[in-house]
Amino acid sequence: MVAELGQIALIIALVLAVLQGVLPLVGAQRNDAALMAFARPAAVAQFGFIAIAFGILVNAFVLNDFSLTYVANNSNSELPTMYRVAAVWGAHEGSMLLWVLILATWTLAVAWRSRSLPEDMAARVLGVLGLISVGTLAFILFTSNPFWRLQPAALDGADLNPLLQDPALVIHPPMLYVGYVGLSVAFAFAIAAMLSGRLDRQWARWTRPWTTAAWVFLTLGIALGSWWAYYELGWGGWWFWDPVENASFMPWLAATALFHSLAVTETRGLFKSWTLLLAIMAFSLSLLGTFLVRSGILVSVHAFASDPARGYFILAFLFVVIGVALALYAWRAPGLDTPGGFQASSRETFLLINNVLLVIAAALILIGTLYPLFVDYFSGAKVSVGAPVFELAFVIPMLPLVALMGVGMHTTWRTGNVRETLARYKWLIAAALAIGIALPVFGFGAPGPLTVVGTTAAVWVILASLAEPVQAAMGKKRLSAARMGMHVAHLGVGVFTLGVAIVTSYGIEADRSIRPGDTVAVAGHEFTLNRFDTVAGPNYDAIRGTVAVTRDGEAIATLLPEKRRYRLQQSPMTEAGIDASLGRDLFVALGDPLGDEAWSVRIQYKPMIRLIWLGCIIMALGGLVAMSDRRYRVRESATAKAGARDAAAAATTPAQEAG
Amino acid sequence: MTPKQQRMLSVGMLLVGLVVVSALSIGALRENTGFYIELDEVAAGQYPADRRFRVGGLVEEGSLEREPGSLELQFTLTDTANSLIVSYSGVLPDLFRDGQGIIAHGRMGPDGVFIADEVLAKHDENYMPPEVAASLEEQGYKPAE
Repeated sequence: MVAELGQIALIIALVLAVLQGVLPLVGAQRNDAALMAFARPAAVAQFGFIAIAFGILVNAFVLNDFSLTYVANNSNSELPTMYRVAAVWGAHEGSMLLWVLILATWTLAVAWRSRSLPEDMAARVLGVLGLISVGTLAFILFTSNPFWRLQPAALDGADLNPLLQDPALVIHPPMLYVGYVGLSVAFAFAIAAMLSGRLDRQWARWTRPWTTAAWVFLTLGIALGSWWAYYELGWGGWWFWDPVENASFMPWLAATALFHSLAVTETRGLFKSWTLLLAIMAFSLSLLGTFLVRSGILVSVHAFASDPARGYFILAFLFVVIGVALALYAWRAPGLDTPGGFQASSRETFLLINNVLLVIAAALILIGTLYPLFVDYFSGAKVSVGAPVFELAFVIPMLPLVALMGVGMHTTWRTGNVRETLARYKWLIAAALAIGIALPVFGFGAPGPLTVVGTTAAVWVILASLAEPVQAAMGKKRLSAARMGMHVAHLGVGVFTLGVAIVTSYGIEADRSIRPGDTVAVAGHEFTLNRFDTVAGPNYDAIRGTVAVTRDGEAIATLLPEKRRYRLQQSPMTEAGIDASLGRDLFVALGDPLGDEAWSVRIQYKPMIRLIWLGCIIMALGGLVAMSDRRYRVRESATAKAGARDAAAAATTPAQEAG
Repeated sequence: MTPKQQRMLSVGMLLVGLVVVSALSIGALRENTGFYIELDEVAAGQYPADRRFRVGGLVEEGSLEREPGSLELQFTLTDTANSLIVSYSGVLPDLFRDGQGIIAHGRMGPDGVFIADEVLAKHDENYMPPEVAASLEEQGYKPAE
C-alpha cells in the first residue's frame, strides 16, 4: 500500500510542477502578481511530494520489499544497509527519481534565495525549472516507474550489480547529478533573461554563484567517478574516454566556459549573448548526457539495459528544450548585447580565448562521441573512436589554455598590461621552466617534449596562482574572496596538469604470471606473492593474495588484492591492492588462475596519479571560496521590496572588483 | 577593440582552432578508429589486412585454452554460425567466461588466428554489446533473458 502512496505523491508532484511551470510564467508576462506569487509555494510543495516519494522508495529498499519490481531487480536481503540505500540509484528508475529530487532541491534553494530577485525574474526562473520538472516527472511516471509491483512478489532480490557495491559509488551518482541538474538553474536564468529582455550585470551576479555551485559538484562527481574507475575496474587507468565519461565531461567544459564568460558579463557588461548561449549549451549537454546513458544507444561501460521508449522520450524532451531555448535565443539575444570596447591584451581577450578553447575541446569530444552513431546511421558500419583520438584532440586546445591562464589571471580589465605582467613575473616563468625540466629529468628519467611542455605549463600555473595569495599572506595585498577562489581553482588546474603529465609519461603497467613464493620486479620494486587466503564477505567470497613489496631489500608495503565472487550473481570482481602516496601508487590486481598454481596479475606503478584527484578537489575548493564572496550574499533589506520595474536601478550598481 | 572587431577576433580564433585541431584529429582518427567486422565477413576474408579492427561474439563453451602458468591464451569466438580463434596475452576482464558476449580488438594473424591486444567484456553480465547482439540476431540466435 505504501508504494502506491509513493506513486500518488509523484502524480501530485507532476500536477504541482505543471502549475509551477505555467502560472508564474503567464503571470510574469502579464505582470500579474497573484499568478507570479504561485511560484514559491508550488516549488516548496513539489519538493515535499517528491521527497515523500523518494523516502518511500528508500524505505522499500531498506525493508527489502521485494514486491516492487525495481527493488527485486536491484537489491538483496544479504546486501549491507548502506548499499541497499545506494541501490535506490543503482539502476535506471531510481536514478531518475534521484534526478528529479535533486532538481526539486535546487528549485527549493532558488525559491529560498530568490527574495533578492525582482518578482518577475524569480517567477520566470522558477517557472522554467517547473517545466523541466514536468518533463522529468512525466518521463518517470510513463516510462520508468520505480513503484511498479511484481506479481507475485519475489522471495529475495537479484542483488545490486557488484561493481556498484563500493563506497565511492554510493556518492558518485548523487554528486554528479547535483552538478548536472544544477546547470538547469543557469539555464532557467538564461531563459528568464531572454523572456524579460533584461540582461544586465546584476543578472550575471545572480547567475554566477549558482553556476559555480553546480560546477563544484560536477567537478567532484567526475573526480569521484575517475577515482572509482581507477581502483574498482581493476584497469588502473583514470580516464577512458568512455561515452558516458565524455557525457559528464562536456557539460563540465561548457560550465567552466560559462562562469568565465559570466565574469566578463558581470564586470564589464559584455559577452552577453555568448553567456546565454553557453548557459543553454551547458544544460543541453547535461540532458544529452542523460540521454546517452539512459538510451543505451552507445557502447559503454555504463550502459544500463536499453529501452527504446525511454530513449525516444528523452530525445524528444531534448529537442523541445534545445529547440525552444535556441528559438528564443535567435529571437531575443541580438537585442541584448551592449557595446563596449577592450584592448587586445586585456583580461577580456584572455577570457575570450579561454572560452574559445574550452568550447573547441567540448565540440571535439562531442564529435568523437557521436561519430560512431553517425557512421552507423549513414553507412551501417560499426566503428569506435579510440582514446588516442580524444587525447590528441583534447591536449591541443588544453595546453595553450593552461599556459595562457597564468598570464591572463594577472592582466587587467579593459586596457591590459601583458608586457608589464610578464616583466613582473619573469622570475616565476624562469623558475617554472627550470622546475618543469628538472622535475621529470631528475625525478623520473629522460622526458619527451610533450612531458616537458606539460610539466612546465603546470608548474607555471601553480606559481602564478600562488603569487597573489602569498602577497596577501604577507599583508602586501588584499584579495576579495572571488579572486582568492580563482587563484585556488587555478592552483588545482596546475596540480591536476602536473599529475596528468607525469603519470601519462612515466606510468608503468605490466601483466605477469606469478606463483606463491615468486618475486617479479616492476619499476624498481620487487613484488613477492606470499600466499593466497580465502575470505568471506557479507555477500561474497574472495581469494585474497598477500603481496609484499620491497625496494632494494627494504620493505615498502604489503598489498592485499582480492578476487571476489558475489554469491547471488556469481559474478567475479577484482579488488586491487593499492599502496597510495602523493609521489606514486603501487597497484596489484589479480587476474585469473593460469593453472599450475600460477595466477595472472596486473602490476602498475603510477607516479603522482594522486595529484589528478587532489587537483580536482582543489579546483572545487576554489569554486566554494569564490562563491563565498560578499557580493553574492543576499541583501534582503536592499532589494527585497524592489519590484520588477525597480530592477533597472540595481542593474546600474557598479560591480566591485571581479575575479 | 570595437564590438565588431571583437566578434571577428573570436570567430577567427574559433575557426583557426577548429581547423588545426580537426586536421590533427583526422590523422589520429584514421589510425585509431576501430571498425567492427562481423564474423561472417571475417570468414569470407572481408577484413582490413593491414590495420586493427574489432570482432565480437560469444565465447564458445570450453574453448579457452592456456599453457599452464603462462599469460598466453586462446579461445574461440562464435556467432553460432561462424567462428574465429582469438589469441591474447594478458589479464582477461572479470566478466570473461563461456557464453559471454565479448569484443576483441586487434589484427588478423598470418595463420587465420586473430591476435587481440584488447579484450572487452562489459560490466553487466546481462549486457550484450549491441554489435554482438545484432550479429547473433542475423544468425537467428536469441540471447536468453
